[in-house]
Amino acid sequence: MPAVQETVEQVRRIDVEQYKYGFETLIESEKAPKGLSEDTIRFISAKKNEPEWMLAWRLDAYRRWLTMREPKWAKVEYGPIDYQNIYYYAAPKKKEEPKSLDDIDPEILRTYEKLGIPLREQEALLGIQKSGAAGDDEGAEAPKGENGYGRVAVDAVFDSVSVATTFKAELAKAGVLFMPISEAVHKHPELVKKYLGTVVPISDNFFATLNSAVFSDGSFVYVPPGVRCPMELSTYFRINERNTGQFERTLIIADRGSYVSYLEGCTAPVRDENQLHAAVVELVALDDAEIKYSTIQNWYPGDAAGRGGVYNFVTKRGDCRGRNSKISWTQLETGSAITWKYPSCILRGDNSRGEFYSIAISNGYQQVDSGTKMLHLGKNTTSRIISKGIAAGHSNNTYRGLVTAHRRATGARNFTNCDSLLIGEQCGAHTVPYIEAKNSKAVFEHEATTSKISEEMLFYCMQRGLSEEEATALVVNGFVKDVLQQLPMEFAVEAQKLISVSLEGSVG
Amino acid sequence: MTDVKVIKTAAETTLANAFAEARARLPGDDAIAAQREAAFELFAKEGLPHRRIEEWKYTDLRALMREAKPLAGAPDAAARERAKTAGALLGDVETRRLVFVDGVFVAELSDLSGLERGLQIGSLAAALAEGDPTVLGHLGKLAPARDVAVALNTAFMGDGAVIRIGAGATIERPLHLLFVASQKPAATFARSLVVAAPGARAMIIEGYEGPAGSEYQVNSALEMVVGDRAHVDLVKIITEGADALHVSTLAAAVAANARFNAFTFTLGGAVIRNQMFLNFDGEDTVAGIRGATLLKDRQHADTTLFANHIAAGCQSREVFKAVLDDDAHGVFQGRIVVRRGAQKTDAKMMTRALLLSERAEADNKPELEIFADDVQCGHGATAGALDEELKFYLMARGIPAAEAEGLLIQAFLGEAIDGIEHAGLREALMERVAAWLKARG
Repeated sequence: MPAVQETVEQVRRIDVEQYKYGFETLIESEKAPKGLSEDTIRFISAKKNEPEWMLAWRLDAYRRWLTMREPKWAKVEYGPIDYQNIYYYAAPKKKEEPKSLDDIDPEILRTYEKLGIPLREQEALLGIQKSGAAGDDEGAEAPKGENGYGRVAVDAVFDSVSVATTFKAELAKAGVLFMPISEAVHKHPELVKKYLGTVVPISDNFFATLNSAVFSDGSFVYVPPGVRCPMELSTYFRINERNTGQFERTLIIADRGSYVSYLEGCTAPVRDENQLHAAVVELVALDDAEIKYSTIQNWYPGDAAGRGGVYNFVTKRGDCRGRNSKISWTQLETGSAITWKYPSCILRGDNSRGEFYSIAISNGYQQVDSGTKMLHLGKNTTSRIISKGIAAGHSNNTYRGLVTAHRRATGARNFTNCDSLLIGEQCGAHTVPYIEAKNSKAVFEHEATTSKISEEMLFYCMQRGLSEEEATALVVNGFVKDVLQQLPMEFAVEAQKLISVSLEGSVG
Repeated sequence: MTDVKVIKTAAETTLANAFAEARARLPGDDAIAAQREAAFELFAKEGLPHRRIEEWKYTDLRALMREAKPLAGAPDAAARERAKTAGALLGDVETRRLVFVDGVFVAELSDLSGLERGLQIGSLAAALAEGDPTVLGHLGKLAPARDVAVALNTAFMGDGAVIRIGAGATIERPLHLLFVASQKPAATFARSLVVAAPGARAMIIEGYEGPAGSEYQVNSALEMVVGDRAHVDLVKIITEGADALHVSTLAAAVAANARFNAFTFTLGGAVIRNQMFLNFDGEDTVAGIRGATLLKDRQHADTTLFANHIAAGCQSREVFKAVLDDDAHGVFQGRIVVRRGAQKTDAKMMTRALLLSERAEADNKPELEIFADDVQCGHGATAGALDEELKFYLMARGIPAAEAEGLLIQAFLGEAIDGIEHAGLREALMERVAAWLKARG
């Protein structure tokens, strides 16, 4: 069954030509010399005034990177990347350390305003009103009341540096540390040393290793034991400069019994060259802790002819290190020329839980190869994967996932559902799941059709007088809602555009 | 970074020496010799497939095939004598039996009398020696040349079956190609060809067996052409000896409005790789690709399927079931590709693994690659232990635990075995399943 008209319209509305974040901010910036060498790394490290151990760590990564090869297994095609033709560091020029938002270049503030990200705290009050209204309108859609007041603390990363972090003081009151990672290296070296590189090791893969060598900024979050982070945390990444790569590094630690919800957004100007984005995100959840990580990925996807666009090679991994811990990834992928991204969960602690919810929409000549890995190591670990891929234009959209249960992982359970939908005759949708069961007490279920809805659920609905079609629609809708409800309220507006994308006519 | 010089394993060196020694006496004209050379060149370049080769990720032949056995050569009288008792698994299913001992066609053990109209049976060795144009026209056209296992078979192929079924002919008795290994720990490379002309109807059973205690190696390939409106059923039964290494390939091209069923029963052998490459070239074909695998001890069996939907309107159903006991390792890799323009394709793949032991391992990789927007494709995969609730239900009705498990396992495999369009054969296989369960205790 082909896609229904409504869906086609929805997808067209977010087609590559409609990219509305493609403006450029004209601002003076300071860059490292083009190319990559030990000198570049020393330059970055010196710029950030880093301690010796940090520089040594970077150089170690760089030396390993030199021995590694770019991975070729993903279903994406692109010309060779000239790693010597990229600026690895670009920062807006500033006169001196900004004391408050008033010291920040107004051009930058305007940029974030244009992107809909208010950095001025008072403007964030809008958030309060917004969430209040939503709560009145549709109670079911309201954010979980206990986790915030609709306010979001934002860390804004502009090219290679963090330009502002809001609500710092209030977060500090709760004991939550939220700051650029370059600041954390100075202020909390013990935490950085203890956790950095423990989830994504230095030599993990080609792009992660490159990131380890040259990462410039990103967010650092530490939530102390028993603390429920009083508001959503958010980082907004913006690539502005020409020929620059962005290599941010995010580290989030949820200590015992804590909870944090973190949002990430990103955009870039329209350029006819390809820009490289190689980020690393590490999450650590200790006993009974929970981390919820949401992404709206909207890097510049290239134009209708496939020129330009961001190469998005990202390594995201969460480590459920403690018992009963939980990590949940939600992603809405609409941007980038190439997406190579597999947010994963290492379910190490007994009874830990990993979740992955993804909607990936590709248009134009975009190529998406994304999915997840759920590594069940602990006993009674559970994981759930829901992935929806929609391909249109000349794009290719691949789900690639691994679910594996270790010998020790007695009682592990996984449920995977990935659906994809094609719009037009020039695109492709692919599913490449790897399911490895090494324990007879593990139960893995994987399905890739919309028609495979639980018979029991259908029966239940039909028994109450619904036709089979109505019952199916009800179950499918409930199911989609499941994915979208994972997104925090603050992203609801952007997500709204995609919510109505119908799943009719989808194929496995 | 410079490429590291590839170091040959002992097995690779042995194969290279064997080819150098045997190439001159292997059958075929210059064109075939050139085909062999090209195939071997690929092997020499790539080496034995290992886990870094995506298609062989879970079956690292470089590690699993420590040494390559010498070419088998002609079977002796004793081996031929023993081959008389082969094929017992089929019980009283009436077939026309064609026996190959160590890959060599043995006419006196085969039934070539009273061939039905339209049926022609010959040996590959004879066809190559004579330069049979049909055989030369098809050989190597379907099996993917880039696959190293196929390349080795092409390089060393000596004998095999050549079966032609004329247009509109219906062959009532199933043709039973029985490949029997002798006691000697040797390598055989059988290559067969089946050409079913338009409207032909036939069932082909491909059986493999051999003695336990011998580390023989089988690399067998079958190329099959299924003509327009033809209906061909293929049942492969792999009951090799406990220490054998078995690699077999099916490559089929299915033409318009044809029906094609392939079933694989995997039971015996230390290491088994069963690969299928199916091209649905003609419109509106209907295919059922199924398999049942029963493994125990340290057995390793890999089923790799590549279903290539090229033409529009084809339907394919894939159902694979595996029961894994002890330290067994079961692998299923299934890839459905729907090419641009193959609209209205309806493909569904299901793979399920039942783990009976804590140490068993099941790896499943059901892939979809879709380039057409008006299709119905899906796949499902499950892995897990027997459902305790179902077992409890049976036990609550007075059925002892072992028997209850047996019933559930039979029902589990039955779903795949039921797809075979031959009642006698279904029963024979279910009996073999029952015997396997009984031996399990």
